[in-house]
Amino acid sequence: MRLLTREAVLAFRRAPLLSALSVTTIAFSLFTLGLFGLVALNLREALRGIEERVEIVAFVLHGTPAETVTLATQDIAAFPEVQRVNYVSEDEALERARRELVEFRDAYRDLQVNPLPASIEVRLREGHRDAGSVERVAERLRGFDFVEDVRFGREWVQKLDHLRNITGVVGGAIGLAFAAVAMVIIGVTIRITLLQRAREIAVMRLVGATKWFIRGPFLLEGALKGLFGGALSLLLCYGGYLLFRDSSEGTLAGLVFFTPAHMLLIVVFGVLLGLGASVLSVGRQLRNV
Amino acid sequence: MIRLTHVDKSYPNGAPALKDVSFRVRKGEFVFLTGHSGAGKSTIMRLLFAEQRPTHGEVRVSGYDVGTLKPRDVPRLRRRLGVVFQDFRLLEDRTASENIAFALEVTGARPDTIGARVIRVLAQVGLTAKARAYPREMSGGEQQRIAIARALVNDPAILLADEPTGNLDERATRGVFQLLRDINAAGTVVVMATHDLDLVRQAPYRTIEVREGAIVYDSATDDPASAGAAAEAE
Repeated sequence: MRLLTREAVLAFRRAPLLSALSVTTIAFSLFTLGLFGLVALNLREALRGIEERVEIVAFVLHGTPAETVTLATQDIAAFPEVQRVNYVSEDEALERARRELVEFRDAYRDLQVNPLPASIEVRLREGHRDAGSVERVAERLRGFDFVEDVRFGREWVQKLDHLRNITGVVGGAIGLAFAAVAMVIIGVTIRITLLQRAREIAVMRLVGATKWFIRGPFLLEGALKGLFGGALSLLLCYGGYLLFRDSSEGTLAGLVFFTPAHMLLIVVFGVLLGLGASVLSVGRQLRNV
Repeated sequence: MIRLTHVDKSYPNGAPALKDVSFRVRKGEFVFLTGHSGAGKSTIMRLLFAEQRPTHGEVRVSGYDVGTLKPRDVPRLRRRLGVVFQDFRLLEDRTASENIAFALEVTGARPDTIGARVIRVLAQVGLTAKARAYPREMSGGEQQRIAIARALVNDPAILLADEPTGNLDERATRGVFQLLRDINAAGTVVVMATHDLDLVRQAPYRTIEVREGAIVYDSATDDPASAGAAAEAE
């Protein structure tokens, strides 16, 4: 193991320029991937804020007994999709209208009869805020006899869904493309290293080194390049994040950076990329060396 | 130690490299494989260290059947052999002692034993003073001695030398050849491929002559007259 590590580390010293080039290209590939990840992460955070406001409002028929509504509210709260149910009586609705719709304050003050219906406001749990779930819950609410109408922002719930899907597809495609580019680059650098060290490999074979002993240092070298590349890409991402956040003069102060779990994932992904590319490259090249 | 029985070897394009080659090398023997370039000497050597496999026939080396050897067993066979070549095959970025130690390291020798073993073989080939020299700082003869030291460091039962003096001047040739004789005298089987007939004539060792892929003369079984004819043909 000591020799394996020494040979892998020695490879960096023997070809510093080539190694630096490999690490840099891996870092830039992962940096681009990381930047996209940051955009996706922040978009997701922003979407979550909007999604939290997804609300279904069921308007209650005038004259419905309070006990009926209370019982129904308990039923609705038990729906698996439902996070919170709030009953707004007719009086509360009027009070809220007076408070929130300032421009109509005078009109509401002079009213003899309250024209606003009572309503049941339903908020959904995370993961159930897509158009399908919203529609399903709305349909069940319509099933109550005392419900006159059910409203929710159908269009923008569908738009949210659309945006979420696009983010997923574009992110996945760009991620895969960059991962492929990074693998090709690592593979080429490992292949160049193998050709550089063909004589050494021939001697190893001659004196009876095992297959995995010969391959081990190259695989470790690839994994180390992935590790360094991954770590460097995180630094670049952090630099980019700070630059973007600070240059926005406060408008993007709420931007988030990767969590430690995300960072670990990027570095592990770098290591796996390096290792995978080395496995492919060494397997193909060692047949010819 | 070595036994080839009716061995044929063809190249991928079908051209024959060896035809019905059979011979046996016993413990303690020194054998010359002679013949002109392209005769098949190197092919025999490559079969012996399992770099190639026979198309037909059986090649047995140190108890291993090369024809049916599993890839994972090839390193085990090679650890019982020492192999040296005309071009030395030393690693240019390592010193003499590092080149020798490399053979021990890659075969998993205990690190605390490596230093002493390297010094022992350096003394055996008479180059203790060159332990820290790089190949470019040594003469051809010295480089070949280091290559021989590397081949010996794992205490092989058989030493295969493919044209080991091919790149050396007369003086270095004599030195390397004497070293191989000493190694053989210590009990190691030596198979030396060479086209240097002067060298062959210097020592009373068994000579096998290969021509166009077939053995045309073996001093262990044929009469001396045919040896002369073979030499003339060269």
